[in-house]
Amino acid sequence: MTSDTRKSDWNNPDITPDLVAQHGLKPDEYERILALIGRAPSLTELGIFSAMWNEHCSYKSSRLHLKGLPTKAPWVIQGPGENAGVIDIGDGLACIFKMESHNHPSFIEPYQGATTGVGGILRDVFTMGARPIACLNALRFGDPSHPRTRHLVSGVVAGIGGYGNSFGVPTVGGQVGFHERYNGNILVNAMAVGIARSDEIFYSAATGVGNPIVYLGSKTGRDGIHGATMASAEFDDASEEKRPTVQVGDPFAEKLLLEACLELMKTGSVIAIQDMGAAGLTCSAVEMGAKGNLGIELNLEHVPCREDGMTAYEMMLSESQERMLMVLDPAKREQAEAVFRKWALDFAVIGHTTDTLRFVIKHHGEVMADLPIKELGDEAPLYDRPYEETVPQAELDARKVPNTLSNRDALLKLLASSELCSKRWVWEQYDHLILGNTVQQPGGDAAIVRVEDGPKALALTSDVTPRYCEANPFEGGKQAVVEAWRNITAVGGLPLAITDNLNFGNPERPHAMGQFVGCLKGIGAACEALDFPVVSGNVSLYNETNGEGILPTPTIGGVGLLADYTKHATLAFKGEGQIIVLIGHTRGHLGQSIWLKEIAGQEKGAPPPVDLALERKTGDAIRPLIQAGDLTTVHDLSDGGLAVALAEMVMAGGIGAQIDALPQGIPVHAALFGEDQARYVAAVPGKSLKKLLQALDAAGVPHSAIGTTGGDALILPGEKPISVMELRNKHEGWLPKYMSGKDSA
Amino acid sequence: MKTAVITFPGSNRQQDVMRALQQATGTAPAAVWHGDHELPAGTDLVVLPGGFSYGDYLRCGAIAGHAEIMTAVRAHAARGGYVLGICNGFQILVESGLLPGILMRNAGLRFICKMQHLQVATQNSDFTSLYKKGQVIKVCIAHGEGNYMADEHTITALEEQDRVAFRYCHADGTRTLGANPNGSINDIAGILSENRRVLGMMPHPENLIEDIMGGTDGRGLFASLAKAA
Repeated sequence: MTSDTRKSDWNNPDITPDLVAQHGLKPDEYERILALIGRAPSLTELGIFSAMWNEHCSYKSSRLHLKGLPTKAPWVIQGPGENAGVIDIGDGLACIFKMESHNHPSFIEPYQGATTGVGGILRDVFTMGARPIACLNALRFGDPSHPRTRHLVSGVVAGIGGYGNSFGVPTVGGQVGFHERYNGNILVNAMAVGIARSDEIFYSAATGVGNPIVYLGSKTGRDGIHGATMASAEFDDASEEKRPTVQVGDPFAEKLLLEACLELMKTGSVIAIQDMGAAGLTCSAVEMGAKGNLGIELNLEHVPCREDGMTAYEMMLSESQERMLMVLDPAKREQAEAVFRKWALDFAVIGHTTDTLRFVIKHHGEVMADLPIKELGDEAPLYDRPYEETVPQAELDARKVPNTLSNRDALLKLLASSELCSKRWVWEQYDHLILGNTVQQPGGDAAIVRVEDGPKALALTSDVTPRYCEANPFEGGKQAVVEAWRNITAVGGLPLAITDNLNFGNPERPHAMGQFVGCLKGIGAACEALDFPVVSGNVSLYNETNGEGILPTPTIGGVGLLADYTKHATLAFKGEGQIIVLIGHTRGHLGQSIWLKEIAGQEKGAPPPVDLALERKTGDAIRPLIQAGDLTTVHDLSDGGLAVALAEMVMAGGIGAQIDALPQGIPVHAALFGEDQARYVAAVPGKSLKKLLQALDAAGVPHSAIGTTGGDALILPGEKPISVMELRNKHEGWLPKYMSGKDSA
Repeated sequence: MKTAVITFPGSNRQQDVMRALQQATGTAPAAVWHGDHELPAGTDLVVLPGGFSYGDYLRCGAIAGHAEIMTAVRAHAARGGYVLGICNGFQILVESGLLPGILMRNAGLRFICKMQHLQVATQNSDFTSLYKKGQVIKVCIAHGEGNYMADEHTITALEEQDRVAFRYCHADGTRTLGANPNGSINDIAGILSENRRVLGMMPHPENLIEDIMGGTDGRGLFASLAKAA
C-alpha cells in the first residue's frame, strides 16, 4: 500500500491539509507523521494518529510537567501509566483507583456524558481485576443564574446516578460547585475505587508472540468517533453540533462485563487486558502491544459490530462503551469463551500478537494500516509550551474589608449559598448505601467504606478550591492536596495516595499553561511533604469556551486507610456539655474566602498560605487519638471557616453549641469566617479533654477551648441564637428550591 | 430455614440480602441463576433481590418476570412457599403476577436513596411476626420506580384483608406531608399475597442490619422468617 497506487474514493480520500486539520493535527505534527512512516498515511492511519496524538491520549502538553510529581512510596504497587493506580492496604489486599474527567461530552449531552464518564472510570478499575466498592465525583457548574446551569445540573446528576445505581456501586462522596467561569464548560470528574487481592492484579502489557487478541463486551457502533479529539479542542458556539460524538452508556452491559471479567480472570486465561476507553480499539491495542514490545495484527471483519458496513476507519475510532480487549492464553480459550457466553456478551478473536513491532490493521484481507507500534505512543509530539507564571495577588487586610452584615446573618447567608448549601438534593439521587458497607455517607469530611466484612475501611474524598488556584496556582495546588489529606485524617484515616484530575484551560495560552505548571508544582510539593504520592490521574486541557478558560481546577481524589472501621470520627456533635476545641493557628485569613465572595462581593487577595510541615504535624497529632477511640467528633476547617464548620457540626448532630472564646487580636468576622489552613474542630467530654490537649501540646500544635455543646441552637459571641431548625432550613433549602425552578436565583 | 437468592443479569443487591439471611439463619443462602429451571430441593424461602434486572430498560421487572426461573418461583409460591421480593424484586413480583398492582415512576420523577421510616402495618405474617403492629422502623430506600398503584378494588381488598405490610411514615410514625417518598397510594411500602407467604417491598431491610451502618431495624424481618421454618 503506497499513496501513489491508492485509489482516491470516499473511503480513502487524498490526505489534504483540510483533512489533516479536521483530525486535530497541526501541520508540523503531520510532517512528523510523514517523516516517521516515509509516505502519506491512509485515512485509517490518519485516524489512528489523530487518536493517539491528541492531547487527551498523548499528554503532549502535560507530560513534561507530570514527570515532576512524586509517585513512589513503599505501599505503591502501581503508579501512573496503567489503567489505574494500585496501593497495598495490607493483609494481601490492594486498593485500585483513579479519577477521570468527562467534561466536554457532559456539556454537550449532560446525561450521557456523565454516565459514560462513570462507566469509563469503573472499567479502568475492574480491568485490573478489582471489584469496584465506591464511586466519588467532583462537579463544577456555571453560575446558578446562567440559563443552562439548571439543565446541566439535572442531567449530570441523573446521569451519574443512572449509571452507578444500576451498575451497583455506592456513590459515597464528591463536590458540587458553581462559578460563572464554568458557564460554557462544566467539569464532570468521576472517581472509582476497587479492591483486589494484591497478587491477582491484571496489567495491560501483552506477552508472547502469536497469542490471540480477544474482543469482549458490547458491540461496536458508530458512536463516539473522535470523542478524544473533541476533548482536545476548545469549545465555541457550534460545539453543540458535536453531539453525535458523545457516546451512550449502558450500565447493564457494564455490570455484565464486570461479572464476566472477574470470572474470566479466575480461569487464568487472561495474559493482558485493557479497557477500550478514549480512542477505543486503537488506543487499547497499541498500548497492549507497545507496553509488551510486541506487534499487533487485527482482522477487523471479526469485530462484533452493531451495524453493517462499518469501515476500518470507523471501527478503529469508535468509542462505543462497555468493551474490553485482552490477550488470551490460547490453551484456555474454551473456558474463557464459556464465561462470556454465560453472561451473553460478545467474545471474538480479532487478531494476534506478532514479533514485528508493527500495528497492522486488515479488513477483509486488505491492509488498511501498517504502522510502527512503539512510535505511535513514544514518538507522539512532546511540547514544552511557553508559560507565564500567575502574578500572585496581594494579601488582603481583613480589617479593611467592610463588614455589612451581622455575623449571624452572614452565617445564614453562607449556609444558603450555592457553594456551601447542602448537596443532599444531589447525593440522594445516588445509591450511596448499596453493598451495605457505607459507614460514613455523603455529608461528612471523607466517606468511609468498609472493605468486605472489615475490620479495614477506606476513607475517600475529592477536593480542590479553584478560586485559590486561580489566585495563586502554587498555593492552590498545595491546598487541594492538603485538604484531601485533612479530610481523610479528620475521620481517622491514614492518607495513602491520590489520583489527580487536572482540569485547565487552553495550554497554547501561556497564562493557562502557567496555571497548570504552577498548580502541578504545588501538588508535587504537598505530596512530597505528606508522603501522599500520585498513583493515577488524568489531564483535561482546552476547558475553554470562546476564549475564556475555566478556573484552574486540579481535583484531588484521596484514599486513606482505617485499620478498624469502628474507630473513626464524624463531624456530628454527639452529646451535651462537651468541650469544643479549635485546633491550629487562626489568623483570620479572608483573602479568596467564601465570606469575601458572598458577603463582601469580592473575589480577591491571596489565598490562605499552606504550611506543609504544620499540616502534617497537626494531622499526625489528631489521627492516633481517633484510631485509639479517644476522639470521635472532628471536623476539618475549610470553606466558610470556623463558623460554617460549627454550624455543620450542630446540624449533623442536632445538638447546639455556645461559643464564648474566639481567638483574640483579629476582627470577629475574620476569626469566624477566615479560611486559615491546617485547622480542625474537635469536641470531647470533659474527662477526655486532658488527653487531647496533652497530645496536641506534645506535638506543638496550638489549640483553644472555644465553647461547649448543648441546647438546640448555635450561639456565636454577641449574637442572637440560631436554632438548629433555622440552620437546617437555610442549609437544606437552597438547592431543591433552585432546581425546582421556582427561584430565579 | 433453607433460603435461595436469585440472580438475574443486572441484579445488584443479592450480596446484601445474602449477608442479612446468613446473619439471621446462620447458613449461607443458595445462589440461583436466572437461567436455572429449578430451585434447590427443600427451599423454604426464595428471595428476588434489588437491582436493575436486564437493565430495566423496559418497564422495571418486566423481562425478569418472564425469566426461566420464574416458572419455578411461581410453582414454589403456589405450594405455599415463602417469596420475598425487595425493590426490583417487588417489581418482578407484580410483573409476574404473584402480587397485584404496579410500581410507577416516583412522583418526584427522580431516583431517591435515603434512610426511610416505615410503620409496620401488620404483625400477622411470617415476615413481620417479630415486629409490633404500628412499630416504626428505620430502613433505607433506593429506587426510581416505587410508586405503588392498583385499581380501587385491589386496594380495598389489600386494606380489608390486612395485606399491607409496611407504610412510609415520619420518624414519629405520622404519615403527614413529606413522609411518602414516591407518591405510593395509601403510603404503601410493601404488600402481602392472599396466603400471606409472598411479600413485596420497595425499601431495603437488608441494608439495616448493623448499628454502624445506620441501625438494625431491618433484622426483624429476617429474624421473623428464620423463626417461621
